[in-house]
Amino acid sequence: MFTKPKLIAAIASATIAAGTAFAGGHNASPEQQAAKARQAQMNLYGYNLGVLGAMAKGEAEFNADIAKGSAANLVALASMNQATYWPAGSDNASIEGTRALPAIWEKSDEVFGYANALIEAATALEAASGDLDGVRAALGGVGKACGDCHKAFRAPR
Amino acid sequence: MGRILRILIGLGIVGAAAFWVMTAPESLSEDSISGLEPNVTNGETVFYAAGCASCHAAPNATGEDKLVLAGGQKFPSPFGTFVAPNISPSEAGIGGWSTIDLVNAVKLGVSPDGAHYFSAFPYTSYGRAELKDLVDLKAFLDTLPADSTPNQPHDVSFPFNIRRSLGGWKLLFGGTGWVMADDALSPELERGRYLVEALGHCGECHTPRNALGGLDRARWMGGAPDPSGKGRVPNITSAALTWSPEDVAYYLESGFTPEFDSAGGHMAHVIENTAKLSPEDRAAIAAYLQAIPAVSKAAE
Repeated sequence: MFTKPKLIAAIASATIAAGTAFAGGHNASPEQQAAKARQAQMNLYGYNLGVLGAMAKGEAEFNADIAKGSAANLVALASMNQATYWPAGSDNASIEGTRALPAIWEKSDEVFGYANALIEAATALEAASGDLDGVRAALGGVGKACGDCHKAFRAPR
Repeated sequence: MGRILRILIGLGIVGAAAFWVMTAPESLSEDSISGLEPNVTNGETVFYAAGCASCHAAPNATGEDKLVLAGGQKFPSPFGTFVAPNISPSEAGIGGWSTIDLVNAVKLGVSPDGAHYFSAFPYTSYGRAELKDLVDLKAFLDTLPADSTPNQPHDVSFPFNIRRSLGGWKLLFGGTGWVMADDALSPELERGRYLVEALGHCGECHTPRNALGGLDRARWMGGAPDPSGKGRVPNITSAALTWSPEDVAYYLESGFTPEFDSAGGHMAHVIENTAKLSPEDRAAIAAYLQAIPAVSKAAE
């Protein structure tokens, strides 16, 4: 059982921890919190791609404003500074809950190359978002950028 | 230990002297392809449908370099590590090969000098390919860049390194009958079956294998351990893959799942090939996958 001063101290330190890494659970290590941040980033890619993909597949009516907005979100997401997302020791050999392979840290130049390829592909998608055929074709480029990195650097389920 | 013992006993049986005659490599003669005029354009479609570059391009090759079939990629397996050979049109590759040499290699797994290839080369699937398509494939391969990278030896230990034993393996598992054995298929399903069971060789990874490395047809496309030893290749029968045919076709075009996750690992290589097929071919593959029997999760 906590005494009252100890309880206040515990809450205070938990609040500080939550303030520094909001996404993490109480017991998540900094490496696990970073992995969760990466997955949140990937979910946001997936959400915006889903909006565009529904149009490309003919499941949703094409809307140039929405397409442009979603493509712009992808450019913004791909351009975010991820320096703190990838701490050493947050690979799938070190922690649970990630499929990030250790090769990411061994071949970081290659990974940066793929990160830049994604920015380029997303920028091309934004430029092509005025019509449906443009979106369809440019989504292929984004898919290739995703796949090129996942090919070598993400473990199978 | 029991598994290894079973493998050894099994190999002992199939390798026994009584099988010596039956294990001799057999090949087709020139006559079998006489009159077949090569069509390079169709050969290119066959090339992508069969995924040749995914294994025969140099390690980590991307873009145009994927058409330089220099070999060198390593494929670990329970039987040892196989290294893909050079199949570019150079002396180091298949430059000196005739069309029938390529047909025998791809369809029967027999080299020009009459030896069995290891079955890491999926000739048990390619065995279902039509001769015309392989003649066309040879014509297309001849248009690709030559590369002089020498072949590396496979790292396969005794007894699996006895190539003659592959003859017994072929007797057991080399049947080229269709898994979807139905004579009354629609043209789309027939095309899908050809793309999946023959050229695409999807079952080589998505179907589990028995102790001797033969495919378990009763659990066709029911998912299997990843050959690397980590993770699983998923069950893609309707019991586990609940995507619509349109979703499957779009995945094969773009690499995006219905949740807009993307293909990874070896499947990302596959997508590079299926992206180059016609929309009709991708739809045919999707139709075939919907039509095969479901393999329940419990049976995986």
